[in-house]
Amino acid sequence: MSVIGHVAVNVFKESVRDKVLYNLVAFAVLLISVSYLIGQLTAGQDVKIIKDLGLASISLFGLLIAVFIGIGLVWKEVEKKSIYTLLSKPMRRQEFLLGKYCGLVLTLIINVSVMTLAFYAVLAYMEVTSPVNIRASWPAPATDLNLLKAIALIMIELMLVTAIALFFSTFSSPFLSAMLTVGVWVIGHFNQDLRDFGATISSPIAASVARGINYVVPNFAAFDVKLQVVHAQRVPFTDIALTTLYGIAYAGFVLLGAVIVFSKRDFK
Amino acid sequence: MDAIRTEALTKHYKVGFWRPRPYLALDGLNLQVGLGEVFGFLGPNGAGKTTTLKLLMQLIYPTSGRAEILGKPVGDVGVKRRLGYLPEQPYFYDYLTAEELLEYFAALFGYGRAECRTRTAALLDDVGIGAERRLPLRKFSKGMLQRVGIAQTLINEPEIVFFDEPMSGLDPLGRREIRQLILRLRDRGCTVFFSSHVLADAEALCSRVAILANGRLVTAGRLSEMLAFQIHGWELVVIGLAEEVLKQGQAGGQIVRATRLAEGRYALELPLTPPPERTLAELVARGATLVSLTPMRDTLEDFFVRHVSAATGSRFSETA
Repeated sequence: MSVIGHVAVNVFKESVRDKVLYNLVAFAVLLISVSYLIGQLTAGQDVKIIKDLGLASISLFGLLIAVFIGIGLVWKEVEKKSIYTLLSKPMRRQEFLLGKYCGLVLTLIINVSVMTLAFYAVLAYMEVTSPVNIRASWPAPATDLNLLKAIALIMIELMLVTAIALFFSTFSSPFLSAMLTVGVWVIGHFNQDLRDFGATISSPIAASVARGINYVVPNFAAFDVKLQVVHAQRVPFTDIALTTLYGIAYAGFVLLGAVIVFSKRDFK
Repeated sequence: MDAIRTEALTKHYKVGFWRPRPYLALDGLNLQVGLGEVFGFLGPNGAGKTTTLKLLMQLIYPTSGRAEILGKPVGDVGVKRRLGYLPEQPYFYDYLTAEELLEYFAALFGYGRAECRTRTAALLDDVGIGAERRLPLRKFSKGMLQRVGIAQTLINEPEIVFFDEPMSGLDPLGRREIRQLILRLRDRGCTVFFSSHVLADAEALCSRVAILANGRLVTAGRLSEMLAFQIHGWELVVIGLAEEVLKQGQAGGQIVRATRLAEGRYALELPLTPPPERTLAELVARGATLVSLTPMRDTLEDFFVRHVSAATGSRFSETA
């Protein structure tokens, strides 16, 4: 295994022993409880609501893990000075940083996979226990595999968020990194509005600033196909592939920025 | 080829938020350390010792000047394979066990899994970590962490070892073990570069030392050349001495300095001449009993205090 691989495995061990994965149990229990509750309260819409809630939960829990582990990855090493020993070993700074990134992405993949399994378990239960006439009214089966398209794009989005959190953590405190990462994520979801901002306001300066932000901040809305898959609308594979390429390329640029900043940094 | 070589190595830090001003942490350090040497890097707090070590490990970058290890620029991955480093008060991942930590570090050197396990087991045995090796490091005491730190330094059988204050926070037993380890490394042909406040250790271990103060090299050289090892007086410790006798003795100029010790003992500093026998006989005749008589030689501490005081212009010598 390469140096990056060893660092990544260590990050994963840290995440597991930090009890991050335990949030999954809470998530699964919550989801199952809510599904029963909704089953009691609604008629016919229960599966749609569970799909909405499940995808939103995977996205939100993933975001929390990406941001709150991502911002501490480098900071903790520097603050506790464990980086002194580590960087004296035969590794380059970029290998250290990329190892940290891959480790967190590995943690996220495992987390999202387990959440997805819990999500499909609840949906399968609904499918089995619902009467035939109710099932016939659903626009798609409860265990519709198209839901995986939304989950795949959530994963790509989380990879990009992780890269952004890691970038900010190479030069700022965890609090500031968290604020900046969440800020970019929120703005990124309104990217389309920023582009059209010029049409609704008269100030050319404000319009230019909004357009500038639009170019720099990633378009996170592109990764959100939850509504389409829940309503059984078609999401072409070419769209998924292009959005995936966009996310990976963006994450690559952000990581390159992180490597440049980190390579020049003094560890006082 | 030198083991370590620095040329005009300089590091400025910027301090202050609104109007940053430079702070000179290290100023034009020129240093050569030969292969197989045990080299002591000495200086008071803030002298620039840790800054130098961080520059050699490329944890920070120099403002100017250059540094080489084994003839290659610092930071070279090939050179890193041949060195070990123990930072001051090291911290390791507290969620790992000692065994996992060492296996992780060994893997970074590219050893296979079996080799990592063998090296880890042998080193943990060497530093006296027994069954605790399977406990998370968060349960380790400071002394045990230092032992783990030493083990990780040696995981790759390094040719050069850098220790930053290796005796810091250790009990006398731990310090003795480190001294023995450094001597074992020296016998194996390993170059040892260590910074320390404990001058007695440096005096016992080092072939050469460098003294740093205010970021500048004050002096560097062989201990045998720095210290004359000549007797410049006598220290006489007696018990049962009346204070009046002591005053008369001092008035007569035979006692340079008298210090009251515990349990009625006195330490008396006598000049080299006249010989101490006469003063001793006089004191015994007046009721004193001899506890010890020791020749006084220049120590590394005397040398250190003298040079650092001169370099810093401080009254260090009076307070040390």
